[in-house]
Amino acid sequence: MTDLAGSPAERAAALADASRAGDRRALARLLTAVENHTAVAEQALRRLYPLAGGAHLVGITGPPGAGKSTLVAALIAHLRAAGRTVAVVAVDPSSPITGGALLGDRVRMQGYAQDDGVFIRSMASRGHAGGLAATSTSAAAVLDAAGFDIVLLETVGTGQSEVEVAAAADTTVVLEAPEMGDEVQAIKAGLLEVADIIVVNKGDRPGAQRTAAQLRAMLAPAGEVHGDRPPAKRPDVLITTAVSGDGVPELVAALDRHRAAGATEATPAARRARAAAQVRAVLVERLWHRLASPALTGETDAALEGVARHDIDPYTAADALLAALGREETP
Amino acid sequence: MTDRPLKVLIAKPGLDGHDRGAKVLARGLRDEGFEVVYTGLRQTPDMIVTAALQEDVDVVGMSILSGAHMTLVPRVLDLLRARGMGDVLVTVGGIIPDDDVEQLRVAGVAGVFGPGTTIREVADFIRANATPREA
Ligand SMILES: Nc1nc2c(ncn2[C@@H]2O[C@H](COP(=O)(O)OP(=O)(O)O)[C@@H](O)[C@H]2O)c(=O)[nH]1
Ligand SMILES: [Mg+2]
Repeated sequence: MTDLAGSPAERAAALADASRAGDRRALARLLTAVENHTAVAEQALRRLYPLAGGAHLVGITGPPGAGKSTLVAALIAHLRAAGRTVAVVAVDPSSPITGGALLGDRVRMQGYAQDDGVFIRSMASRGHAGGLAATSTSAAAVLDAAGFDIVLLETVGTGQSEVEVAAAADTTVVLEAPEMGDEVQAIKAGLLEVADIIVVNKGDRPGAQRTAAQLRAMLAPAGEVHGDRPPAKRPDVLITTAVSGDGVPELVAALDRHRAAGATEATPAARRARAAAQVRAVLVERLWHRLASPALTGETDAALEGVARHDIDPYTAADALLAALGREETP
Repeated sequence: MTDRPLKVLIAKPGLDGHDRGAKVLARGLRDEGFEVVYTGLRQTPDMIVTAALQEDVDVVGMSILSGAHMTLVPRVLDLLRARGMGDVLVTVGGIIPDDDVEQLRVAGVAGVFGPGTTIREVADFIRANATPREA
Protein backbone atom coordinates (compact mmCIF):
# COMPACT_ATOMS: atom_id res chain seq x y z
CA MET A 1 0.00 0.00 0.00
CA THR A 2 0.98 3.53 -0.73
CA ASP A 3 2.66 5.53 1.97
CA LEU A 4 0.36 8.13 3.45
CA ALA A 5 3.13 10.39 4.67
CA GLY A 6 4.10 13.68 3.10
CA SER A 7 2.34 16.84 2.00
CA PRO A 8 -1.14 16.68 0.46
CA ALA A 9 0.42 17.13 -2.96
CA GLU A 10 2.84 14.26 -2.39
CA ARG A 11 0.12 11.99 -1.02
CA ALA A 12 -2.14 12.94 -3.91
CA ALA A 13 0.53 12.10 -6.44
CA ALA A 14 1.26 8.79 -4.76
CA LEU A 15 -2.41 7.82 -4.56
CA ALA A 16 -3.16 8.94 -8.11
CA ASP A 17 -0.21 7.08 -9.60
CA ALA A 18 -0.90 3.94 -7.58
CA SER A 19 -4.57 4.04 -8.62
CA ARG A 20 -3.52 4.22 -12.25
CA ALA A 21 -1.15 1.33 -11.72
CA GLY A 22 -3.99 -0.89 -10.48
CA ASP A 23 -3.63 -0.52 -6.70
CA ARG A 24 -7.26 -0.92 -5.58
CA ARG A 25 -6.55 0.12 -2.03
CA ALA A 26 -5.11 3.42 -3.24
CA LEU A 27 -8.09 3.87 -5.56
CA ALA A 28 -10.52 3.29 -2.67
CA ARG A 29 -8.67 5.80 -0.51
CA LEU A 30 -8.70 8.37 -3.25
CA LEU A 31 -12.46 7.96 -3.60
CA THR A 32 -12.80 8.63 0.13
CA ALA A 33 -10.79 11.81 -0.32
CA VAL A 34 -13.08 12.81 -3.19
CA GLU A 35 -16.15 12.21 -1.03
CA ASN A 36 -14.63 14.33 1.74
CA HIS A 37 -13.53 17.14 -0.60
CA THR A 38 -10.01 17.13 0.82
CA ALA A 39 -6.93 18.91 -0.45
CA VAL A 40 -5.54 15.52 -1.48
CA ALA A 41 -8.59 14.93 -3.66
CA GLU A 42 -8.15 18.27 -5.39
CA GLN A 43 -4.48 17.66 -6.09
CA ALA A 44 -5.14 14.14 -7.30
CA LEU A 45 -7.93 15.30 -9.60
CA ARG A 46 -5.64 17.91 -11.11
CA ARG A 47 -3.35 15.07 -12.02
CA LEU A 48 -5.98 12.55 -13.10
CA TYR A 49 -8.54 14.65 -14.93
CA PRO A 50 -6.45 15.04 -18.09
CA LEU A 51 -5.98 11.26 -18.10
CA ALA A 52 -9.72 10.57 -17.88
CA GLY A 53 -12.32 10.79 -20.62
CA GLY A 54 -11.91 7.34 -22.08
CA ALA A 55 -14.60 5.60 -20.05
CA HIS A 56 -18.27 5.45 -20.94
CA LEU A 57 -20.15 7.01 -18.02
CA VAL A 58 -23.62 5.52 -17.71
CA GLY A 59 -26.21 6.82 -15.23
CA ILE A 60 -28.89 4.43 -14.06
CA THR A 61 -31.81 5.88 -12.16
CA GLY A 62 -35.41 5.05 -11.37
CA PRO A 63 -37.76 4.45 -8.47
CA PRO A 64 -36.69 2.34 -5.48
CA GLY A 65 -37.23 -1.37 -6.11
CA ALA A 66 -37.36 -1.09 -9.90
CA GLY A 67 -34.35 -3.40 -10.09
CA LYS A 68 -31.48 -0.96 -10.70
CA SER A 69 -28.90 -2.84 -8.65
CA THR A 70 -29.98 -6.18 -10.07
CA LEU A 71 -29.70 -4.74 -13.57
CA VAL A 72 -26.25 -3.33 -12.77
CA ALA A 73 -25.22 -6.86 -11.71
CA ALA A 74 -26.58 -8.26 -14.99
CA LEU A 75 -24.71 -5.57 -16.92
CA ILE A 76 -21.49 -6.42 -15.07
CA ALA A 77 -21.88 -10.09 -16.00
CA HIS A 78 -22.49 -9.29 -19.65
CA LEU A 79 -19.73 -6.69 -19.93
CA ARG A 80 -17.16 -8.90 -18.18
CA ALA A 81 -17.99 -11.79 -20.51
CA ALA A 82 -17.13 -9.41 -23.34
CA GLY A 83 -13.82 -8.57 -21.66
CA ARG A 84 -14.77 -5.04 -20.65
CA THR A 85 -13.91 -3.69 -17.19
CA VAL A 86 -16.61 -2.10 -15.03
CA ALA A 87 -16.68 0.28 -12.08
CA VAL A 88 -19.88 0.99 -10.18
CA VAL A 89 -20.75 3.95 -7.99
CA ALA A 90 -24.00 3.26 -6.15
CA VAL A 91 -25.46 6.27 -4.35
CA ASP A 92 -28.06 5.94 -1.61
CA PRO A 93 -29.63 8.76 0.37
CA SER A 94 -28.27 9.96 3.71
CA SER A 95 -30.73 10.66 6.50
CA PRO A 96 -31.00 14.45 6.79
CA ILE A 97 -31.48 14.05 10.53
CA THR A 98 -28.77 11.62 11.65
CA GLY A 99 -26.44 11.81 8.63
CA GLY A 100 -26.46 8.01 8.53
CA ALA A 101 -27.12 5.94 5.44
CA LEU A 102 -27.84 2.32 4.59
CA LEU A 103 -25.90 1.34 1.50
CA GLY A 104 -27.31 -2.00 0.38
CA ASP A 105 -26.75 -2.12 -3.35
CA ARG A 106 -23.76 -4.48 -3.16
CA VAL A 107 -26.05 -7.25 -1.95
CA ARG A 108 -27.19 -7.69 -5.56
CA MET A 109 -23.70 -7.46 -7.06
CA GLN A 110 -21.94 -10.52 -5.67
CA GLY A 111 -19.44 -12.80 -7.26
CA TYR A 112 -16.67 -10.45 -8.33
CA ALA A 113 -14.46 -10.51 -5.24
CA GLN A 114 -11.70 -12.23 -7.23
CA ASP A 115 -12.16 -10.15 -10.36
CA ASP A 116 -9.94 -7.08 -10.63
CA GLY A 117 -11.97 -6.00 -13.64
CA VAL A 118 -14.86 -5.02 -11.36
CA PHE A 119 -14.82 -2.31 -8.70
CA ILE A 120 -17.92 -1.45 -6.69
CA ARG A 121 -18.22 1.56 -4.43
CA SER A 122 -21.21 2.68 -2.40
CA MET A 123 -21.67 6.37 -1.61
CA ALA A 124 -24.04 8.17 0.70
CA SER A 125 -25.59 11.29 -0.81
CA ARG A 126 -24.69 13.33 2.30
CA GLY A 127 -27.24 15.97 1.41
CA HIS A 128 -24.80 18.03 -0.67
CA ALA A 129 -27.08 20.64 -2.15
CA GLY A 130 -26.13 20.43 -5.82
CA GLY A 131 -22.74 19.03 -4.87
CA LEU A 132 -23.65 15.38 -5.21
CA ALA A 133 -23.37 15.51 -8.97
CA ALA A 134 -19.95 17.13 -8.67
CA THR A 135 -18.77 14.56 -6.13
CA SER A 136 -19.96 11.57 -8.10
CA THR A 137 -18.64 12.86 -11.40
CA SER A 138 -15.28 13.44 -9.73
CA ALA A 139 -15.44 9.88 -8.42
CA ALA A 140 -16.27 8.73 -11.94
CA ALA A 141 -13.30 10.69 -13.31
CA VAL A 142 -10.98 8.93 -10.87
CA LEU A 143 -12.35 5.51 -11.88
CA ASP A 144 -12.10 6.53 -15.53
CA ALA A 145 -8.45 7.52 -15.10
CA ALA A 146 -7.86 4.23 -13.27
CA GLY A 147 -8.68 2.56 -16.57
CA PHE A 148 -12.20 1.18 -16.28
CA ASP A 149 -13.98 0.91 -19.62
CA ILE A 150 -17.43 1.61 -18.22
CA VAL A 151 -18.50 3.46 -15.10
CA LEU A 152 -22.06 2.77 -13.95
CA LEU A 153 -23.63 5.34 -11.62
CA GLU A 154 -26.70 4.05 -9.79
CA THR A 155 -28.94 6.58 -8.05
CA VAL A 156 -32.47 6.50 -6.68
CA GLY A 157 -34.58 8.61 -9.02
CA THR A 158 -36.64 10.37 -6.39
CA GLY A 159 -34.46 13.26 -5.25
CA GLN A 160 -33.52 16.14 -7.54
CA SER A 161 -29.78 15.85 -6.86
CA GLU A 162 -29.85 12.09 -7.44
CA VAL A 163 -31.52 12.63 -10.80
CA GLU A 164 -28.86 15.24 -11.62
CA VAL A 165 -26.17 12.62 -11.01
CA ALA A 166 -27.64 10.28 -13.58
CA ALA A 167 -28.32 13.14 -15.98
CA ALA A 168 -24.65 14.16 -15.84
CA ALA A 169 -23.60 10.84 -17.40
CA ASP A 170 -22.76 10.29 -21.08
CA THR A 171 -25.79 8.04 -21.29
CA THR A 172 -28.71 8.13 -18.88
CA VAL A 173 -30.86 5.05 -18.38
CA VAL A 174 -34.19 5.46 -16.62
CA LEU A 175 -35.54 2.26 -15.17
CA GLU A 176 -39.19 1.51 -14.70
CA ALA A 177 -41.01 -1.55 -13.42
CA PRO A 178 -44.39 -2.73 -14.72
CA GLU A 179 -47.16 -0.97 -12.88
CA MET A 180 -50.19 -2.37 -11.22
CA GLY A 181 -52.03 0.88 -11.72
CA ASP A 182 -52.31 2.91 -14.86
CA GLU A 183 -49.73 5.54 -14.25
CA VAL A 184 -46.07 5.03 -14.94
CA GLN A 185 -43.96 6.01 -11.93
CA ALA A 186 -41.24 7.69 -13.93
CA ILE A 187 -43.70 10.29 -15.14
CA LYS A 188 -44.51 11.36 -11.63
CA ALA A 189 -40.86 11.73 -10.79
CA GLY A 190 -40.23 13.74 -13.97
CA LEU A 191 -37.52 11.29 -14.90
CA LEU A 192 -38.34 10.79 -18.54
CA GLU A 193 -36.91 14.16 -19.54
CA VAL A 194 -33.40 13.06 -18.64
CA ALA A 195 -33.61 9.60 -20.25
CA ASP A 196 -31.50 8.58 -23.21
CA ILE A 197 -32.72 5.02 -22.84
CA ILE A 198 -35.80 3.83 -20.98
CA VAL A 199 -35.82 0.32 -19.61
CA VAL A 200 -38.91 -1.49 -18.39
CA ASN A 201 -37.42 -4.07 -16.04
CA LYS A 202 -39.10 -7.15 -14.57
CA GLY A 203 -40.03 -8.29 -18.05
CA ASP A 204 -41.11 -11.57 -16.48
CA ARG A 205 -43.98 -9.79 -14.76
CA PRO A 206 -47.37 -9.30 -16.38
CA GLY A 207 -47.80 -5.77 -17.65
CA ALA A 208 -44.23 -5.22 -18.84
CA GLN A 209 -45.25 -5.13 -22.49
CA ARG A 210 -48.17 -2.86 -21.72
CA THR A 211 -45.99 -0.44 -19.72
CA ALA A 212 -43.46 -0.34 -22.56
CA ALA A 213 -46.23 0.32 -25.08
CA GLN A 214 -47.61 3.11 -22.89
CA LEU A 215 -44.20 4.71 -22.67
CA ARG A 216 -43.60 4.47 -26.41
CA ALA A 217 -46.98 6.04 -27.09
CA MET A 218 -46.20 8.88 -24.69
CA LEU A 219 -42.85 9.54 -26.28
CA ALA A 220 -44.13 9.58 -29.86
CA PRO A 221 -44.07 13.10 -31.26
CA ALA A 222 -47.53 14.68 -31.21
CA GLY A 223 -47.39 16.03 -34.75
CA GLU A 224 -44.82 18.36 -36.25
CA VAL A 225 -41.96 19.89 -34.32
CA HIS A 226 -42.80 23.58 -34.25
CA GLY A 227 -41.14 26.85 -33.39
CA ASP A 228 -37.49 27.11 -32.46
CA ARG A 229 -37.52 24.37 -29.83
CA PRO A 230 -35.16 21.54 -30.67
CA PRO A 231 -36.86 18.23 -31.34
CA ALA A 232 -37.13 16.36 -28.06
CA LYS A 233 -34.85 13.34 -27.75
CA ARG A 234 -36.66 10.14 -28.48
CA PRO A 235 -35.28 7.55 -26.09
CA ASP A 236 -35.39 3.87 -26.98
CA VAL A 237 -37.73 1.83 -24.81
CA LEU A 238 -36.36 -1.62 -23.97
CA ILE A 239 -37.58 -4.47 -21.79
CA THR A 240 -35.20 -6.40 -19.51
CA THR A 241 -35.48 -9.15 -16.94
CA ALA A 242 -32.53 -8.36 -14.72
CA VAL A 243 -32.86 -11.55 -12.68
CA SER A 244 -32.41 -13.77 -15.76
CA GLY A 245 -30.37 -11.44 -17.97
CA ASP A 246 -33.00 -11.35 -20.70
CA GLY A 247 -32.76 -8.15 -22.70
CA VAL A 248 -29.37 -7.22 -21.25
CA PRO A 249 -27.40 -7.79 -24.50
CA GLU A 250 -29.88 -5.50 -26.25
CA LEU A 251 -29.40 -2.89 -23.53
CA VAL A 252 -25.61 -3.04 -23.87
CA ALA A 253 -25.99 -2.64 -27.64
CA ALA A 254 -28.22 0.41 -27.08
CA LEU A 255 -25.66 1.90 -24.67
CA ASP A 256 -22.90 1.41 -27.23
CA ARG A 257 -25.06 2.94 -29.99
CA HIS A 258 -25.83 5.97 -27.85
CA ARG A 259 -22.19 6.47 -27.08
CA ALA A 260 -21.18 6.12 -30.72
CA ALA A 261 -23.82 8.69 -31.71
CA GLY A 262 -22.44 11.13 -29.13
CA ALA A 263 -18.92 10.58 -30.40
CA THR A 264 -19.79 12.16 -33.73
CA GLU A 265 -20.47 15.50 -32.04
CA ALA A 266 -17.43 17.71 -31.43
CA THR A 267 -18.30 17.88 -27.73
CA PRO A 268 -21.34 15.86 -26.76
CA ALA A 269 -23.99 17.94 -25.00
CA ALA A 270 -23.92 15.67 -21.95
CA ARG A 271 -20.22 16.29 -21.48
CA ARG A 272 -20.70 20.06 -21.77
CA ALA A 273 -23.47 19.94 -19.18
CA ARG A 274 -21.29 17.84 -16.90
CA ALA A 275 -18.38 20.23 -17.27
CA ALA A 276 -20.66 23.16 -16.42
CA ALA A 277 -21.93 21.40 -13.27
CA GLN A 278 -18.41 20.53 -12.15
CA VAL A 279 -16.94 23.96 -12.71
CA ARG A 280 -19.95 25.66 -11.12
CA ALA A 281 -19.61 23.49 -7.99
CA VAL A 282 -15.91 24.35 -7.67
CA LEU A 283 -16.57 28.04 -8.30
CA VAL A 284 -19.21 28.20 -5.58
CA GLU A 285 -16.91 26.37 -3.17
CA ARG A 286 -14.01 28.69 -3.97
CA LEU A 287 -16.09 31.85 -3.66
CA TRP A 288 -17.46 30.79 -0.27
CA HIS A 289 -13.95 29.99 0.83
CA ARG A 290 -12.67 33.43 -0.12
CA LEU A 291 -15.64 35.16 1.47
CA ALA A 292 -14.78 33.38 4.72
CA SER A 293 -11.14 34.53 4.57
CA PRO A 294 -9.89 36.93 7.28
CA ALA A 295 -9.97 39.86 4.88
CA LEU A 296 -13.62 39.41 3.95
CA THR A 297 -15.27 37.53 6.75
CA GLY A 298 -16.43 40.74 8.45
CA GLU A 299 -18.14 42.00 5.34
CA THR A 300 -19.61 38.55 4.63
CA ASP A 301 -21.02 38.26 8.13
CA ALA A 302 -22.51 41.73 7.94
CA ALA A 303 -24.18 40.92 4.62
CA LEU A 304 -25.61 37.65 5.91
CA GLU A 305 -26.81 39.36 9.10
CA GLY A 306 -28.48 42.04 7.03
CA VAL A 307 -30.33 39.45 4.93
CA ALA A 308 -31.30 37.50 8.06
CA ARG A 309 -32.84 40.68 9.55
CA HIS A 310 -34.50 41.57 6.25
CA ASP A 311 -32.57 44.85 6.22
CA ILE A 312 -31.23 44.04 2.78
CA ASP A 313 -32.32 41.51 0.17
CA PRO A 314 -30.18 38.55 -0.96
CA TYR A 315 -29.51 40.15 -4.36
CA THR A 316 -28.09 43.32 -2.86
CA ALA A 317 -26.01 41.22 -0.48
CA ALA A 318 -24.62 39.05 -3.29
CA ASP A 319 -23.76 42.11 -5.40
CA ALA A 320 -22.00 43.72 -2.43
CA LEU A 321 -19.96 40.58 -1.79
CA LEU A 322 -19.02 40.25 -5.46
CA ALA A 323 -17.86 43.87 -5.38
CA ALA A 324 -15.84 43.12 -2.25
CA LEU A 325 -14.21 40.17 -3.97
CA GLY A 326 -13.37 42.40 -6.94
CA ARG A 327 -11.80 45.07 -4.71
CA GLU A 328 -9.70 42.41 -3.02
CA GLU A 329 -8.37 41.27 -6.39
CA THR A 330 -7.34 44.74 -7.64
CA PRO A 331 -5.73 46.56 -4.73
CA MET B 1 -13.13 17.17 7.20
CA THR B 2 -13.58 15.52 10.59
CA ASP B 3 -17.35 15.46 10.90
CA ARG B 4 -17.91 12.92 8.19
CA PRO B 5 -19.76 9.80 9.34
CA LEU B 6 -17.80 6.65 10.09
CA LYS B 7 -18.28 3.97 7.45
CA VAL B 8 -19.11 0.49 8.67
CA LEU B 9 -19.35 -2.78 6.75
CA ILE B 10 -21.86 -5.25 8.15
CA ALA B 11 -21.26 -8.73 6.82
CA LYS B 12 -22.88 -12.07 7.39
CA PRO B 13 -20.24 -14.73 6.78
CA GLY B 14 -20.86 -18.45 6.85
CA LEU B 15 -23.57 -20.68 5.60
CA ASP B 16 -26.47 -20.05 7.94
CA GLY B 17 -29.33 -18.38 6.13
CA HIS B 18 -30.61 -15.91 8.69
CA ASP B 19 -29.70 -12.30 8.27
CA ARG B 20 -32.50 -10.68 10.23
CA GLY B 21 -30.16 -9.78 13.08
CA ALA B 22 -27.53 -8.36 10.72
CA LYS B 23 -30.15 -6.28 8.94
CA VAL B 24 -31.54 -4.94 12.20
CA LEU B 25 -28.01 -3.99 13.23
CA ALA B 26 -27.32 -2.33 9.85
CA ARG B 27 -30.49 -0.24 10.09
CA GLY B 28 -29.84 0.55 13.74
CA LEU B 29 -26.33 1.80 13.00
CA ARG B 30 -27.67 3.92 10.16
CA ASP B 31 -30.04 5.49 12.67
CA GLU B 32 -27.05 6.10 14.94
CA GLY B 33 -25.51 8.20 12.16
CA PHE B 34 -23.12 5.74 10.50
CA GLU B 35 -22.76 5.08 6.80
CA VAL B 36 -23.46 1.36 6.73
CA VAL B 37 -22.58 -0.91 3.83
CA TYR B 38 -24.60 -4.09 4.02
CA THR B 39 -23.31 -6.99 1.95
CA GLY B 40 -25.87 -9.74 2.50
CA LEU B 41 -25.73 -13.43 3.31
CA ARG B 42 -23.11 -16.14 2.88
CA GLN B 43 -20.07 -13.93 2.58
CA THR B 44 -16.69 -15.59 2.26
CA PRO B 45 -13.71 -13.92 3.97
CA ASP B 46 -12.46 -12.90 0.53
CA MET B 47 -15.79 -11.25 -0.33
CA ILE B 48 -15.83 -9.40 2.99
CA VAL B 49 -12.31 -8.09 2.65
CA THR B 50 -12.73 -7.08 -1.00
CA ALA B 51 -15.88 -5.15 -0.07
CA ALA B 52 -14.12 -3.55 2.91
CA LEU B 53 -11.24 -2.52 0.67
CA GLN B 54 -13.33 -1.12 -2.18
CA GLU B 55 -15.61 0.72 0.25
CA ASP B 56 -12.67 1.97 2.34
CA VAL B 57 -14.57 1.34 5.56
CA ASP B 58 -13.41 2.26 9.04
CA VAL B 59 -15.08 -0.75 10.66
CA VAL B 60 -15.88 -4.34 9.70
CA GLY B 61 -18.65 -5.92 11.77
CA MET B 62 -19.41 -9.60 11.33
CA SER B 63 -22.49 -11.36 12.59
CA ILE B 64 -21.91 -15.07 13.01
CA LEU B 65 -24.41 -17.57 14.32
CA SER B 66 -23.15 -20.70 12.58
CA GLY B 67 -20.42 -21.43 15.11
CA ALA B 68 -17.75 -21.12 12.42
CA HIS B 69 -16.24 -17.96 13.92
CA MET B 70 -12.91 -19.59 14.76
CA THR B 71 -12.24 -20.38 11.13
CA LEU B 72 -13.88 -17.35 9.49
CA VAL B 73 -12.74 -14.47 11.68
CA PRO B 74 -8.97 -15.15 11.75
CA ARG B 75 -9.08 -15.57 7.98
CA VAL B 76 -10.73 -12.15 7.60
CA LEU B 77 -8.14 -10.61 9.91
CA ASP B 78 -5.28 -12.18 7.93
CA LEU B 79 -6.68 -11.00 4.62
CA LEU B 80 -7.27 -7.49 5.95
CA ARG B 81 -3.63 -7.28 7.05
CA ALA B 82 -2.37 -8.80 3.82
CA ARG B 83 -4.26 -6.20 1.82
CA GLY B 84 -3.08 -3.20 3.81
CA MET B 85 -6.16 -2.82 5.99
CA GLY B 86 -4.78 -3.96 9.32
CA ASP B 87 -5.90 -0.68 10.90
CA VAL B 88 -9.61 -1.37 10.36
CA LEU B 89 -11.62 -1.90 13.55
CA VAL B 90 -13.06 -5.43 13.55
CA THR B 91 -16.03 -6.49 15.65
CA VAL B 92 -17.87 -9.79 15.90
CA GLY B 93 -21.39 -10.45 17.09
CA GLY B 94 -22.89 -13.84 17.90
CA ILE B 95 -22.99 -16.58 20.47
CA ILE B 96 -19.31 -17.05 21.20
CA PRO B 97 -17.83 -19.10 24.09
CA ASP B 98 -15.56 -17.24 26.51
CA ASP B 99 -12.42 -19.16 25.50
CA ASP B 100 -13.02 -18.24 21.88
CA VAL B 101 -13.63 -14.61 22.79
CA GLU B 102 -10.20 -14.46 24.34
CA GLN B 103 -8.58 -16.05 21.29
CA LEU B 104 -10.40 -13.70 18.94
CA ARG B 105 -9.20 -10.70 20.91
CA VAL B 106 -5.64 -11.95 20.77
CA ALA B 107 -6.04 -12.45 17.03
CA GLY B 108 -7.05 -8.80 16.66
CA VAL B 109 -10.82 -8.51 17.11
CA ALA B 110 -11.51 -5.26 18.96
CA GLY B 111 -15.03 -5.97 20.15
CA VAL B 112 -17.04 -9.14 20.68
CA PHE B 113 -20.76 -8.67 21.25
CA GLY B 114 -22.92 -11.40 22.66
CA PRO B 115 -26.69 -11.78 22.52
CA GLY B 116 -28.51 -8.97 24.26
CA THR B 117 -26.02 -6.29 23.25
CA THR B 118 -27.95 -3.20 22.26
CA ILE B 119 -27.33 -1.28 19.06
CA ARG B 120 -26.52 1.76 21.15
CA GLU B 121 -23.75 -0.20 22.86
CA VAL B 122 -22.28 -1.26 19.52
CA ALA B 123 -22.53 2.32 18.25
CA ASP B 124 -20.83 3.74 21.34
CA PHE B 125 -18.08 1.15 21.08
CA ILE B 126 -17.43 2.05 17.45
CA ARG B 127 -17.43 5.78 18.16
CA ALA B 128 -14.96 5.28 21.00
CA ASN B 129 -12.58 3.01 19.11
CA ALA B 130 -12.63 3.68 15.37
CA THR B 131 -10.44 6.28 13.75
CA PRO B 132 -11.89 7.85 10.63
CA ARG B 133 -9.41 7.52 7.83
CA GLU B 134 -8.04 10.52 6.06
CA ALA B 135 -6.48 10.46 2.64
N1 LIG C 1 -39.36 -10.62 -11.00
C1 LIG C 1 -38.29 -9.83 -11.10
N2 LIG C 1 -37.78 -9.26 -10.00
C2 LIG C 1 -36.70 -8.45 -10.14
C3 LIG C 1 -36.12 -8.21 -11.40
N3 LIG C 1 -35.07 -7.35 -11.21
C4 LIG C 1 -35.03 -7.10 -9.88
N4 LIG C 1 -36.00 -7.77 -9.24
C5 LIG C 1 -36.26 -7.77 -7.79
O1 LIG C 1 -36.69 -6.49 -7.39
C6 LIG C 1 -36.24 -6.20 -6.05
C7 LIG C 1 -35.50 -4.89 -6.02
O2 LIG C 1 -34.33 -5.01 -6.79
P1 LIG C 1 -33.11 -3.99 -6.67
O3 LIG C 1 -32.15 -4.34 -7.74
O4 LIG C 1 -32.60 -3.94 -5.28
O5 LIG C 1 -33.85 -2.60 -6.99
P2 LIG C 1 -33.31 -1.10 -6.88
O6 LIG C 1 -33.84 -0.54 -5.61
O7 LIG C 1 -33.91 -0.38 -8.05
O8 LIG C 1 -31.81 -1.13 -6.92
C8 LIG C 1 -35.38 -7.39 -5.67
O9 LIG C 1 -36.14 -8.27 -4.88
C9 LIG C 1 -35.02 -8.03 -6.97
O10 LIG C 1 -34.76 -9.41 -6.88
C10 LIG C 1 -36.67 -8.84 -12.55
O11 LIG C 1 -36.23 -8.67 -13.68
N5 LIG C 1 -37.76 -9.63 -12.35
MG1 LIG D 1 -30.29 -0.35 -5.61
